[in-house]
Amino acid sequence: MALVELRGVSKIYQVGDEEIRALDNINLDIESGEFISIIGPSGSGKSTLMHILGCLDAPSHGTVKLDGIMIQGASQTQLAAIRNQKIGFVFQFFNLLAKLNVLQNVELPMIYAGLSGKERRERAMEALRLVGMDNRAKHRPMQLSGGQQQRAAIARALVNQPRIVFADEPTGNLDSHTGENILNLFHELSRKGHTIVLVTHDPEIAAITPRRIEIRDGKIATTVDVTLAGLDRQVHRSLVVGQSPPPSSLSDLSISKE
Amino acid sequence: MNFAAAISLGLKEILAHKFRSLLTMLGIILGVSSLVGMSAIVKGMENGMREALIEVGGLERVQVEPQELPAHQRHLDTQKVGITMTDVMALKKSASLVKMIVPEMRLSRPTLSRSNKVFNPFLVAGTWPNALELNQHVVAHGRMFNEIDDEMARNVCVIGTATRDELFGSPEDTGREIIPIGEQVNINGQLFTIIGMFKHYESEQQRKLRELEKKQPKEPQSGPSRSRGWGGRQRGGFIFWLKNSTVYIPLNTMWMKFRASAGTNNIPDPRLSSLSIKVASVGALENALQQSRNVLMQTHLGIEDFAFRTQENWSENITLAIRNARLSGGIIAIISLIVGGIGIMNIMFASITERIREIGIRKAIGATTFSVFMQVLVESTVIALIGGVAGLGASYGLVALLGAVSPSDNAPVITLAAMLVAFSFSAVVGVVAGLLPALKASRLDPIQALRYE
Repeated sequence: MALVELRGVSKIYQVGDEEIRALDNINLDIESGEFISIIGPSGSGKSTLMHILGCLDAPSHGTVKLDGIMIQGASQTQLAAIRNQKIGFVFQFFNLLAKLNVLQNVELPMIYAGLSGKERRERAMEALRLVGMDNRAKHRPMQLSGGQQQRAAIARALVNQPRIVFADEPTGNLDSHTGENILNLFHELSRKGHTIVLVTHDPEIAAITPRRIEIRDGKIATTVDVTLAGLDRQVHRSLVVGQSPPPSSLSDLSISKE
Repeated sequence: MNFAAAISLGLKEILAHKFRSLLTMLGIILGVSSLVGMSAIVKGMENGMREALIEVGGLERVQVEPQELPAHQRHLDTQKVGITMTDVMALKKSASLVKMIVPEMRLSRPTLSRSNKVFNPFLVAGTWPNALELNQHVVAHGRMFNEIDDEMARNVCVIGTATRDELFGSPEDTGREIIPIGEQVNINGQLFTIIGMFKHYESEQQRKLRELEKKQPKEPQSGPSRSRGWGGRQRGGFIFWLKNSTVYIPLNTMWMKFRASAGTNNIPDPRLSSLSIKVASVGALENALQQSRNVLMQTHLGIEDFAFRTQENWSENITLAIRNARLSGGIIAIISLIVGGIGIMNIMFASITERIREIGIRKAIGATTFSVFMQVLVESTVIALIGGVAGLGASYGLVALLGAVSPSDNAPVITLAAMLVAFSFSAVVGVVAGLLPALKASRLDPIQALRYE
């Protein structure tokens, strides 16, 4: 059984009389331990997909199953608990709370999980060690560089040992060198067995993941799976029946650059 | 998220914006201190009013006075016996709910004179020594007459300070306190020896005023000396003046020296002017009156020529006046507390708008609707509670300020009950003020909140 199972997921927004299909009949499986990127230009629906995957939003149609739990019927409180226990988020703008120092920021998810102060501190320090930020624990976010802030944010995302980590444009606010470091960190985490979903508009960044899913106009346009294809770098047709990938998207994926 | 974490979170938020939090609290501080201060002023007023009531003997004191016969008994007018010592003895024997009985025989048109000075006191009464206790008198100098003085019908009297002031000179005029023990005065033609003097009775407010004047002597008046006219009598002062101009002499002295010549024969008039009784407790007042009436109806041969007079009306009026003052003052103070609460609500709304992104982050990493709700609610409550505590402290300052501005008023008294009410009300205001902002914050959509710039 896959860690995440999306079946026929659609998200429809009603703007005035107009109906906007942000997601249209998406079927997607993510296996445990996968390193996957969701790619697409802005407005393609990739953010909506991430929100639904991340239990921040509910689909209009279709079913979402995360770690064996059906998300549809869950209440707000249950969704919050799922986000807290099973999901970690890394954002483009780091989204650390400026009033708290790094350690307190990392402790935050555990506060909502109801852990004791001692256990929180130990696990937070452990997570900070993992991302190489344990020597900056008492710093405020404002005193850190962008890369350091993102590392702290990754530590926060990992601290509750989530089943899956979503990173939404994690390098979007960093210079290319620092961005590379962060991507290497994700790579490392992936090797340690974490399930990571990278959401980006940048094909170059997406290129580091073995599996790439391109979203266009609310549909999965192409799926590239290096692991499945081996060295053949085979391009799979979309899972959506009758949906042939536009040729331009193939070059966009920049597979050859890898 | 547990409660302690929520409180520490609220405190952190307050400390992060010290000045804004202080301004927000100011409304609550003022509201609480005005509520406590108002209640302290009303309590002071009440104390002043009750003081006067206690001075005349309190609620337990009931006076039995002669009364016109009721219409259906008019034909028995010539047979009525009046209030006499028989009643006193009968009540003593039979009325178990009556704790103390004091007969009183008053001198009509009393005139005290000494050399060329004349004074008409409010009351010259022949009575028993226990009148001292019943009427809350305190002998400050000399002694009260005793049973032997009464038995021997000695010409001795105990005077109040008003009599002293008129016949011997007041401390204000003479510059020293004259204690005329052993001096002789003439009471309606009979020479009496002063054996005791009551203490000077005055309300708390008069005493303060007097002490204040003592400290800062009045500016010498310019121009020729003159009467400055009647400046109005201070509230409550009249009761104390009446008490100060009381003269007590033994009952037998009164009876033999002043009542002997009242009739056509040589038998002194045995009728008492009135009879004061003290009932065992205020709660037993009705029963005690019924019991006394039954006894007196026996001694009076069924002729109802007596009536009871209590201070119930007076006491009820005080209660009513205090309730009105408390209500009107309380409403104003509570309105100011509510205004303070609206201030908190306003700031909380501003604060959560400022923190929409933070709320989004918190929700994304697992904060439930409830924990966001609690976070905002605890914050507003903590602001209100800190404001409440500060307000309690400020109320002492407020009361001191009021005392300094108008020292002649009854001294305000801060009561624990007022503090508790004000503090718990501030807590309620804090919770209520936080409800709407907390609801708004908790209902924020995490996606929208995360996108908010």
